[in-house]
Amino acid sequence: MGDSGVALFFMTLLVSTLRKATPLILASLGGFFSEKSGVVNIALEGIMLFGAFVGAVVAQTTQNPWLGVLAAAGVGGAVAAIHATASIWFRANQIVSGLGVNLLAVGATIFLCEVYTGGQRSFMLSVSEKLPRWGPFLPLVYIALLMVPVVYLMVYRTRQGLRLRAVGEHPEAARTMGVDVQMTRFWAVVISGVLAGVAGSFLPFFAGSFAKNMTNGLGYIALGALIFGRWTPWGALAASLLFGSADALQEMLQGRGGVPSQFFQMVPYVLTMVALAGIVGRAIPPRALGIPLRKE
Amino acid sequence: MKDLSIRRIVRELGQALLPLALALAVGAVIILAIGENPLTVFGLMLRGSFGSLRRLSGTLQEASPMIFTGVSVALAFRAGLFNIGAEGQLLIGGFAAAWAGFALTGLPGPLHVVFCVVAAAAAGLVWGLIPGILKARLGVHEVINTIMLNYVALSLTNFLVGHPYFKEPGQIPQTRDIAASSVLPRFEFLYAHAKVNAGLWVALAVMVAVGYLLARTRYGFEIKAVGYNPEASEAAGISKSRVIWTTMGLSGAIAGLAGAEQVLGVFRCFVSPFPFGYGFVGIAVALLARNNPLAVLPAALIFGALTSGAQEVDVHSGTPREITVVLQGIFVLFIACEFVLRRKRRVGETEGGPKAGGKGREEEGRGEDG
Repeated sequence: MGDSGVALFFMTLLVSTLRKATPLILASLGGFFSEKSGVVNIALEGIMLFGAFVGAVVAQTTQNPWLGVLAAAGVGGAVAAIHATASIWFRANQIVSGLGVNLLAVGATIFLCEVYTGGQRSFMLSVSEKLPRWGPFLPLVYIALLMVPVVYLMVYRTRQGLRLRAVGEHPEAARTMGVDVQMTRFWAVVISGVLAGVAGSFLPFFAGSFAKNMTNGLGYIALGALIFGRWTPWGALAASLLFGSADALQEMLQGRGGVPSQFFQMVPYVLTMVALAGIVGRAIPPRALGIPLRKE
Repeated sequence: MKDLSIRRIVRELGQALLPLALALAVGAVIILAIGENPLTVFGLMLRGSFGSLRRLSGTLQEASPMIFTGVSVALAFRAGLFNIGAEGQLLIGGFAAAWAGFALTGLPGPLHVVFCVVAAAAAGLVWGLIPGILKARLGVHEVINTIMLNYVALSLTNFLVGHPYFKEPGQIPQTRDIAASSVLPRFEFLYAHAKVNAGLWVALAVMVAVGYLLARTRYGFEIKAVGYNPEASEAAGISKSRVIWTTMGLSGAIAGLAGAEQVLGVFRCFVSPFPFGYGFVGIAVALLARNNPLAVLPAALIFGALTSGAQEVDVHSGTPREITVVLQGIFVLFIACEFVLRRKRRVGETEGGPKAGGKGREEEGRGEDG
């Protein structure tokens, strides 16, 4: 490769990385809201899948991509509300409840896809061409990037944000101070679902089609990005970009020999485990994560 | 034993079957919503899973791997551990079985099968030990690690299947066929080409063995003690960390056997993509069985019947077969909530029961302060 070849390679890599990172950024910000309030949200995976399907169907039916994104936000919030209700008021095991959502998402999206298409498990999306391009990217990429400072300011610079953090670190103290722990958690999980739903709706736009189980672990990678990013919005952004670049490299190097693409696929998962094990600085979760509030 | 009183059995049954009934009710509403008759669909499901010898054997075949993964998850639950990694352990175990199946040659039949089964268990053991040791030594919660390891296993086996040493020449991504001596025989006495195979006997044997281990051995007692109250059992001289990593390893080994059953009994090579979902269904099976190994059999039969009955639904009605996955998801959601009803009822024992999810991370956070 000459100099211009190298430059082209890195430009392509950069553009591709940002695209791959976009859904991860939004979904991990979603996870941030939920986990910061003390509710484990492995349901991100299923919520993204619901968002991808509903977003694709609404966009295709109305021929308006933005209505698709909006519908995905709605369904994401609604599905998250199920997880929140089970976790907060029924004090369900949050992992089991999240798994239930994920199983339901796999089944329900294929089920509804077959009903919608009359027996197909995927469909093309002609409407994605109606999205404008701002420079090399769809507007979705900029939306995701913009959300990082927005979420940061919301959580660290507002009253509601302070309550959210209090509820996730020390719910009993927060309650003593008059914070409604359960409602705060409920809305945090719903916001989390809205973000993950929107993140999911980007997938069919990028791919130009909806396919069964198209998230394929992306929600878990987003959760990994949140953990690798030490449960902070900026950290989640950095981790999403890192994981996105691994995915971009994997795609670009496929069929070129050298390191097999499967090893790049493993990067996000392995790095998340490394971060949790504390080999390079330990990731510390919110203190009350996963623990329902006990009645007095 | 006072544990076996009729009242308790009725209560346990009710608490397991209520979420199932609720899930079927919600499923009926969904079927109505797409303009189909739920009674017809459920009837087709029953006929498709128990209606003939061939269909019954299909149900047994679907249930076989679910018995392994159900027992695997239930065992971990008893120690307070949440093994979401059965999916990955199954993949790694299945691959190891295929490798031993084609690479070892010249062994007499039964011995070769044993080698392959042991290879699968060993591979699953390793995959279970990773999160087990991370939890025992560093206090890292096993949930995230087992989820991540599922995908690492998927990528790893995808890579290995494509490697020239393992790959069957040609376009189809699968390993070379295993030697005839390593095949788990199918139940040909039922009908020709019956899919259900001798792996079912292995599954039942493992299930009974784990039941015995938990009910009658010292190690089983330690597992239950740690699951019930880790601090108290530590105080009583049980090594919490030893129980954690050994149980996680054992749980992984059992899930690995499910992969062996699929490879040695069904496909006779490692196919890519490998059947997906038995690990996750194992969680539903364990929850329905209320983590009692012997109750895993009926629970696996119920979920096996749901899956094998789906084909009939697909062919003879306008309802997509995925209705069964939808039902599984709704059931898991209901049983998650039910977890709590039980604890509320037994006031004074609120610290009891497996506390998978949350507790580990709490400890982790606390550990950071010390």
